[in-house]
Amino acid sequence: MAEEVKLFRTWSSGYALRIVWALKLKGIEYETIFEDLTNKSPSLLQYNPIHGKVPVLVHDGKPVCESLVILEYVDETWKHNPLLPQDPYEKSMARFWANFGDDKLMKSIWQLFIAREKDQDVAAVEALENLKLVEEQLKGKKFFHGETVGYLDLAFGWFADFVSILEEIMSLKLVDGERFPHLSSWIQHFIDAPVIRDCWPPRDKMIIKFQVMRENYLAAATPK
Amino acid sequence: MGEEDTVILHGMWASTYVKRVELALKIKGIPFEYVEEDLSNKSALLLKYNPVQRKVPVLVHNGKPICESLVILEYIDETWPSHGLQLLPKDPYERARVRFWAAYIQQLLESMAKLFNPDHKEAQEKALEEMYEKQRILEEGMREFFPEESPNVHPEKLGILDIMIVSTLGAFRAQEEALGVKTLDPEKNPLLFSWVEALIQLPVVKEIIPPFEKLVSLLQFIKQNGIKF
Repeated sequence: MAEEVKLFRTWSSGYALRIVWALKLKGIEYETIFEDLTNKSPSLLQYNPIHGKVPVLVHDGKPVCESLVILEYVDETWKHNPLLPQDPYEKSMARFWANFGDDKLMKSIWQLFIAREKDQDVAAVEALENLKLVEEQLKGKKFFHGETVGYLDLAFGWFADFVSILEEIMSLKLVDGERFPHLSSWIQHFIDAPVIRDCWPPRDKMIIKFQVMRENYLAAATPK
Repeated sequence: MGEEDTVILHGMWASTYVKRVELALKIKGIPFEYVEEDLSNKSALLLKYNPVQRKVPVLVHNGKPICESLVILEYIDETWPSHGLQLLPKDPYERARVRFWAAYIQQLLESMAKLFNPDHKEAQEKALEEMYEKQRILEEGMREFFPEESPNVHPEKLGILDIMIVSTLGAFRAQEEALGVKTLDPEKNPLLFSWVEALIQLPVVKEIIPPFEKLVSLLQFIKQNGIKF
């Protein structure tokens, strides 16, 4: 029975990348629909009427929205190469830290990224505190999941890429090897991991995109 | 799970998030010890178990802490699968739908919390509009789940969405009393309203709903002083 799997994504969305990785890690054939979020397709709006965001996974015509929800759906539907730990406690830890990554870490790193120069030191404090907490989680582990990549690695995947982009644009070192040895090492391993390394969006395009975004934020924040 | 399980819930009597976990444990008939935390003077134990957020609820199962109410609910369902009810459906697609809407109800709670910021009138009106809009979307979304007029609320069939709905909206009368404005309109949201009304009649829910006057006082205090809860 041929299954039909479609993924709505954009070229740069870190959230959508989670699903690209998950599907590839499980060897699932799928069709990609690239969206322009300034001009959303009727299909996207039909499948995700409430948020109108990517990613959306459509499996045999049924849509699943919200990247972490989609990851769990993929893991529960195609049970080989499990992404989440089997043990309920380990699973709850993975979910907790994935939420932390999206709610706290991402926000604090973004706040640093768009901070005006005079506000950078303050913004950095929270970002660094959050990074320290994540560093702790990696002690004794190659990946969050263990020896191989799993759900939590995919959830933090955006971070592996964005850190170097932020560092280049802002000319600062955020994750230095001395302060964050485990995190630095994780980033290196993750970026080059099988399957993961084949999916990164083009770096030069990402640099331009985020540079422009940052300039717009800074311009909007500047008092006239 | 063995007979020697120890389950402790660190909570606060008025916290919506804590109510979710309390309900889940009671629905599944899991014996637990409840520890009331004074959030202005957090216990050393709470800080040890939840160093990241320093918040309640924290569920401690055989000494191991789990934080974040929705994470805890899934943990409870997976750890005690044959105890009483299944809080989440078995089918992966149905699970995804339930998770999506549970997260949406959480967003609704966040917009309701904005109503309690001691801000000026425009911010209050904007917060109300945002909340009504989310309720409207939720009402429509839940219609898909319940094609008949009102959800068939049955103590034997309670799940995560029932828990999320009653914890978030169950105390709406106290909220309305404290704010002086309607927060759940039976005409705009007949499905949500009748669902909530049915849920708050259940004995297991009555056990956990905070006392009306005490909650009104707390909400009024928060409104005046803007404390985050």
